[in-house]
Parts: sequence; structure tokens; C-alpha cells
Amino acid sequence: MVERIEETGKAHTTENLVEIHSLKKYFNIKKDVTVKSVDDISISIRKGETFGLVGESGSGKSTLGKTVVGLQAPTSGEIIYNGQNVLQLDKETQRNVNKEMQIIFQDPHASLNPRMRVGDIIAEGIDAYKLFKGKDRTNRIYELLAQVGLRPEHAKRFPHEFSGGQRQRIGIARALAVEPKFIVADEPISALDVSIQAQVINLMEELKESEGLTYLFIAHDLGMVKHISDRIGVMYLGKMMELSNSDDMFRNPLHPYTQALLSAIPKANPRAVKRERIVLQGDPPSPTAPPSGCRFRTRCPHAMEICALQEPQWKEVEDEHWVACHLY
Amino acid sequence: MVKTANDQLFRPLDPAKQQTDVIERPSLGIWKETFLSVIKNKLAVLGLVLLLAIIFLALLGPAMVPYSASQQSLTNTNQPPSAEHWFGTDDLGRDMWSRTWQGARVSLTIGFVAAFVDLILGVIVGGVSGYMAGRGKLGDRVDNVLMRIVEVLYGIPYLLVVILLMVIMEPGITTIIIALSITGWVGMARIIRGQILQLKSQEYVLAAEKLGTSHPKIITRHLLPNTMGIIIINLTFTIPTAIFAEAFLSFLGLGVQAPFASWGTMTNDALGVILSGQWWRLFFPAFMIAMTMFAFNAFGDGIQDALDPRARK
Repeated sequence: MVERIEETGKAHTTENLVEIHSLKKYFNIKKDVTVKSVDDISISIRKGETFGLVGESGSGKSTLGKTVVGLQAPTSGEIIYNGQNVLQLDKETQRNVNKEMQIIFQDPHASLNPRMRVGDIIAEGIDAYKLFKGKDRTNRIYELLAQVGLRPEHAKRFPHEFSGGQRQRIGIARALAVEPKFIVADEPISALDVSIQAQVINLMEELKESEGLTYLFIAHDLGMVKHISDRIGVMYLGKMMELSNSDDMFRNPLHPYTQALLSAIPKANPRAVKRERIVLQGDPPSPTAPPSGCRFRTRCPHAMEICALQEPQWKEVEDEHWVACHLY
Repeated sequence: MVKTANDQLFRPLDPAKQQTDVIERPSLGIWKETFLSVIKNKLAVLGLVLLLAIIFLALLGPAMVPYSASQQSLTNTNQPPSAEHWFGTDDLGRDMWSRTWQGARVSLTIGFVAAFVDLILGVIVGGVSGYMAGRGKLGDRVDNVLMRIVEVLYGIPYLLVVILLMVIMEPGITTIIIALSITGWVGMARIIRGQILQLKSQEYVLAAEKLGTSHPKIITRHLLPNTMGIIIINLTFTIPTAIFAEAFLSFLGLGVQAPFASWGTMTNDALGVILSGQWWRLFFPAFMIAMTMFAFNAFGDGIQDALDPRARK
């Protein structure tokens, strides 16, 4: 077994809001077939930051997000919220912690109940925690609608009467209703038009300031993640490949996978210095049978002998820049 | 200075007049929209009208003529339809109009009650099964046990159940309803379970869970309202199936017993005289069965289209 040095082990001046220690989430799809969606991941998310999580589909980033907020029970590992181990709390405290961690979903069409009016959808959390009643409840709904740029009269409408961007705003208002501190945004913009994406991102940034939120922002679009994230983690087949602050990641990507991902971002300026495009060969291997050693070795242009034999260590190569690769 | 077209032709809209986000269309509830959509479908409307007419006549038909369904008149046997007897009379001189609608009461009662029992049992078993599935070891076990029961019942032919029940119980409406319900609810349970399983992983249910909504509330606010469409569509097909099953059983002599009339027994009685030209004895009850089937199916199809948003225009 490779001993892992936990990234959280290092003392930071900034406070961690959420810490994840060796989190694993396995799914048994058949008797002997296990998908290791999230395999031994440890990260910490600092208060007030936006932590971007990227990776291609099937890398386990959404599973990680859902497990962190408690929608799925982890196979093993710890989730620490504000110094408390979420999985070992008594019912009452757990309910309060649950309230402070919310999630925004990817598909704005599937995330709103088509049979409920927008007002009631937004008030879901208000009703569950009995925060407001009667007139106060109505006023709170209006306030939330205004906060996400919708109008009071929209409260009486049904979800299918809105556009994708508006629906995503409703989803955000629903999460805000219980005054969360930590929000997992599970690809909140990938189902939207590019023009609408910017609006929703700006709204999320405004709300982060005004409400003092911390985000775990999951996406597969590195360009957008760079724009809003303070730090970025790159996942591949259930493992963390690289983690650093967002400027470092873009200036000096260490992991060959990250390098390939970055080279795929289209440039806004066609006359800019061309970065060499690294094209990965083949599809990601099946998550039921990941390659031995380093999981990326089958598609890695720098694969060496050791990559098949030993899993690379998770180490801090530069200050605050972590990578799991035998090159370093 | 050259003025650009922009300056001359385009002026910014007065911000006070900007009404970009107003939705003009009046907001209708899902049922109102469904109703309006059904109304547009001519065949569905025809089905609905027929259905209402049949129900209306079943309730009031026998009272419209001075003859009761069981009143015999031996001087007046085997009369063809006339102003006196609208549907003619049978071999005992009983008024066929009165008997047809008396039979409609039996058929409709069995149809509605059997479908209702199917619905209740199906929603409870299917709902519990679907909701518990995947919720830990206990949940999976509950789901497993219920589904095995369903599968066993699914394998028993209902004709066998009816015949066995006839041995223990007296033949009649109650026995038929019990026999149809014992085997009928499993189809509904399977459909509901499948629907709940699918809805359970919908993101709005996950969001509700995350927002602390209790399990009963998730079921009543999120899961059941979204299965309503499927339930109603299924009902519009189980009711005629039950009616047809009753007619079939009565035709075989396993159903409603004399002196009660049902469409099934009436067609059975008419078989012996069909060659002697008394067409009205077979025609009216058989026509009513056909009309009822058609009405339910036409209406059910209309509702199905109306509840499917992708089919909506």
C-alpha cells in the first residue's frame, strides 16, 4: 500500500470549511463488479473559496459532490464540516449541518418538480425547517426571487413556463432559501446556452459575495472553471490527479492529463501564441477495471515502466501545488 | 460629421417600458391544461360523451319505461323493438331496455369497483416497493418480498381463481370483484413501482431530500402527483378490461346469476335464439359492451396524449 500524505495535513492560515479524508464511494453493479467512482480522495475546501473540480464524464466528480453533501452515503472515509464529522453527528445537529450544505443541479429541466408552482418549489426548505409561515413566507419567496433576478409574479408559475437559465435561477433560489454556507454546484451551467452561462455564473459570484458562500464547483469546461475558481482539482477515473490554485494550474500544469485538458481549451484570440495541442488517444478505460498503477498510464504520452507497477504518490511538488505523477 | 445609422434609427427603449420577463400566457394548473388538451381531441370528447351517456342511462334508463327489469309478461314474449318496448322483449316478456340498463349497472359497478381496488392495492404495494428499493438492506428486502408476491400472483390465471372462488363462495358480483382484484392489482403495482423508482432518482426529489423534506412529504408532494398521469391512464384501461372480464365470465355462466342481468348473461341467453331471427336479443347487450370499450379506450387515449407534454401542441 502506498502511504498517502494528506493534503489537509498541512497547516494553513485560512480556515477549512469542508474537509474530505480518504473518501471512497464504490457501487456494486453486479455481484463481483465494483465501480470505484470516488477512490480515496482527500481535499479540503477553505471558507469563502470556490473550489473547481474538473474531469471528463465518468471521472466521479458528480459522485464526489453528491457524497459530500450527503445525498449518498460514502463507502468509507470522513467528511468534516466546520470541524464536525458529518457522519457521526446526532440527528438534530446533522439536520442543521445538512441545512448549511446545499446543492445546485446540472439539468434545470429535471431539478424542478413539474407539478409544483415556483413559489412552493422555492419554499421547499422553508417549509421543511418551518422557517417562515403565512405572509412572511410569501415575502421571503419574493425576496429570494428578487435575489436571483426573477419577478414576484413568477412565484405562481409552473417550471415549464421558464427558460433554462430562469429555471437554474429558481434552483439557486431554492438552495438559498435555507441560508446555506456551502453549495455544491454540480455542473450548473453545462446545460445552458453560452450567453446564459455567463449570467448564471455572474449571479453565483454575486451571491457568493453577498451571502458569504463557499462553492464546490463541478464542471468539465476548464475555461469557465478558471474564471471563477480560486483552486482547481483535476479528477480522472475516481482519483485526484492534480490540485493547485487556479493561476498556477493554468500557467504551469504538471500532470500530463491536465496538460492535455488545458491544450484543448479553444483560444479567444486566434493570433495568440499557439499552445501545442495534446490529443489523448482512446477512451478512458472502464471504471470497473481501472489500469494498474497510475490510472492515466494507458493514455499518457509520458508513460514509463514504473507507471504500470506503482501508483504514484500524492505529493506537493511546489508550494500548494499537488500532483500524483511519477514524473515528479 | 457623419451620423451612423445607429444614432438616427435606433434609440434605447425607455427602461420603464422594458418588460422583458413578463409571461403573458395565463398560468393554468396541470389539470386545467390537461382538460383543455383533451377537449381539443375529437375522438376523446366522443368517448367522454358516450361514457357519460352510458352512465346516465344506467342510472335512469330503467326508470324511463313503466316496466321493471324483472317484470315478466308472458303474453308479450319475444317482441321486436317497438314504441312500446324500445329494445324489444325477451322470451319471458321482460323489457330489454330496462334489462340492458340494469345490466349496465352491474357491469359498470364491477368495472369501477374492481379498478378502484386494483388502484388502491397497486399504489400501496407498488409505492412502498419502489420507495424502499435501494434504501439499505431492509428496504431491498421489503422490495424483494413484495415483488416476489406480485410475480407469483402474476403467474396465476384469473379464470382459475374465479372457478376456485366459485367453489368456496356464491357466484355473484362480490365474487367476481374479488376474483378480478386478486389478480388485477399486480399490473398496477408493477407500473407504479417502476414509475416511483424512476422518479426517486430525479434531481428535484434529491433536492427535496437535501432541503430536509420528510419522507411522507416527498411521497405526497413529489412522487404521487407525478405518477397521477400514469395512474389515470392505467385506470381508463383497467376499467374496460374488468367490464369485459365480467361479461366474459357471465357469458360462460361463471358470473352474475339470474335473476340479475348483466350484459354478459344477456348475450349468453340470446345465443339460443339467434337463429330464429330475434336479433335484438344479442345486438343490444353486445353493442353496449362494444360501445363501452370504445368509449373508455378513446377517452383513455386522449388523456394519455394530453398528459404527455411531448405530444402536446
